Amino acid sequence: MQATSMVVHNKVGLHARPAALFVQAALAHQSKITVTNGEKSGNAKSILGILSLGVQYNDRITINADGPDEMEALTALTKLIEDNFGEPG
Amino acid sequence: MSETTLKGIPASEGIAIGPAFCHRPLQLEIPSRSPGSIQDELRRFQSACEQAGQELESLKTSVLARSDAETAAIFDAHKLMVTDPMLFDAVQSRLEAGQIIERAVRDASQELAAMLGAMPDELFAAREADMRDVGRRLLRILLGISDTSVDKLDSPAVIVAYDLTPSDTVSLRSEFTLGFCTAGGGLTSHVAILARTLGLPAVVGLGKKALDQISDGTKLVLDGTGGSVILDPDRVTLERYEAARAKASARLATMQVTSSKNAVTADGRRVEVGANIGDADSAGEAVRFGAEGVGLLRTEFLYLQNTRPPTEEQQMAAYKSVFDALGNRPVIVRTLDIGGDKPPAYLKFDAELNPFLGWRAIRICLEDHPLFKTQLRAILRAAVGFHPLIMFPMISSVEELRAARDVLAEVRAELDSAGLDYAHHVPVGIMVETPAAAMLTDFLALECDFFSLGTNDLTQYTLAVDRTNERVAKLFQPLHPAVLRLIKRTIDTAHQHGKWVGMCGELAGMQKAIPILLGLGLDELSMAPRSIPEAKWLIGQFTDARAREIAEQAMNKATAAEIEDFMLGVLEEFRV
Repeated sequence: MQATSMVVHNKVGLHARPAALFVQAALAHQSKITVTNGEKSGNAKSILGILSLGVQYNDRITINADGPDEMEALTALTKLIEDNFGEPG
Repeated sequence: MSETTLKGIPASEGIAIGPAFCHRPLQLEIPSRSPGSIQDELRRFQSACEQAGQELESLKTSVLARSDAETAAIFDAHKLMVTDPMLFDAVQSRLEAGQIIERAVRDASQELAAMLGAMPDELFAAREADMRDVGRRLLRILLGISDTSVDKLDSPAVIVAYDLTPSDTVSLRSEFTLGFCTAGGGLTSHVAILARTLGLPAVVGLGKKALDQISDGTKLVLDGTGGSVILDPDRVTLERYEAARAKASARLATMQVTSSKNAVTADGRRVEVGANIGDADSAGEAVRFGAEGVGLLRTEFLYLQNTRPPTEEQQMAAYKSVFDALGNRPVIVRTLDIGGDKPPAYLKFDAELNPFLGWRAIRICLEDHPLFKTQLRAILRAAVGFHPLIMFPMISSVEELRAARDVLAEVRAELDSAGLDYAHHVPVGIMVETPAAAMLTDFLALECDFFSLGTNDLTQYTLAVDRTNERVAKLFQPLHPAVLRLIKRTIDTAHQHGKWVGMCGELAGMQKAIPILLGLGLDELSMAPRSIPEAKWLIGQFTDARAREIAEQAMNKATAAEIEDFMLGVLEEFRV
């Protein structure tokens, strides 16, 4: 089990396109991946689960990954958020 | 076949001639049958999901070919929803409770949509419509009905619909869309705004009964200026409208030249034509369409995106990018104009019976000084080296203007003592959107530099018509004589006090209003960027004297309908 915590700098948060990209990246891994925002947790492979967390600009989220490729999964998801989902600003 | 004329609300100007393409929401009914084994029901669900995935993939490909990746990405989200584990679990538990798959899919998707819809942030809540779309797609496939979305449009046609959802319009192929007519909707409905953005004619609010007379392929003439739809037009009608359309397209060439120049009447009076914009992205568009300035920069976009109010730095960056795009042209920044009808998550609104008469706009800002000051600081600091103006919305008394100016003075003093650079010569104006402001122009003129008529709200408050209520949409008449009298009074009084008056409501961009507004002596008109070329051209067709004559005649008519008819007559010489 691996976990990391980070701040989302995307200006609309994990919504619409960023949420879809995030879930697609999670689906590319075998590990079970959970995202926590405040008191809410959701399955990273579920777009409904991610949307229901309501992650906003500047929210701090925690990602937990458990499985054979847990390190790769965390690295890929962290990078996606750090690169601001390929969007400028 | 004899021709039939349907009357509706003119929502976007222009003429379209072509066959109808009817887009009617399918009636998806749950069959009455007893459930098969859970495995069988699940197997049907899985094959429906596969087919939905294929449909969405091909929709995405075709949208991608003609739109941007951002728009096409909506279908990626839909695809993920189809295969979502939460949807699967919700469907499975319903099957286990003995439901058939059709009902399970419908109920599960509605439940999940409601969950999204209940989220406080508007951007997340908007995903409710996506989940509903997905649920309907799956149910339609389960019922063996083929896809009849607007995407099937493959030759030029007039779209006929009860209403169009945002996702319908994403799949709409604008190259084949000649215009829109809808049963529902008002001037500010989604379709009306979309039509004006695309520069396509539209008539809305035709009513369901009227719409039922139109079937696929019915030959239509759509007159977005007059608000009528003619079914099976006879030869004379057709020739008349074809000539009008031809004249309009010939004019387009002339207009492209005019739009690069400043607007002047036929005898040389300067009238400033500006753009209404709602975010930094449309600033470039405004300049492209020939805006001489921004007559209204709505700042709400900054406030509705987040669960926290935007910081001074975030706002400065947004304003700066608008100022940069406009260069040395004037930009009128309207301070925050929100209310209980569209509350941001971080402002605590009590439930209001009537949010349009409630706690909104300047009333909020005058109570929440930190919120107000942050915005004023950001505007002043971002505007250094540019040509900014500040405008307060919803003013209904002199005290409010004084209080707002006091806050502005405090902000200046604070910036001075902090040693921060800011724009010093910033004219301050108010929106005239309450009848009270229109009646008090003489007093207000002593304490502000300019006025801008916000005709959408002015019409709503003068006529006591909620413009979001479709039931009374027809009573929302911007050319109502009572509204015109308030406009005239405002302009006359302001001019007596040496102050200029602009207009940033929908009326300013309406061809049938422009000659009257010129005649009343309006100094500036601000409108959707795409309306600018046509407006500039039209202004050039009238001398000041002719416009005054038209205004005088219009002011002597007792009803909005008489004024509209009269103005259609005035415009006729340019159209046919």
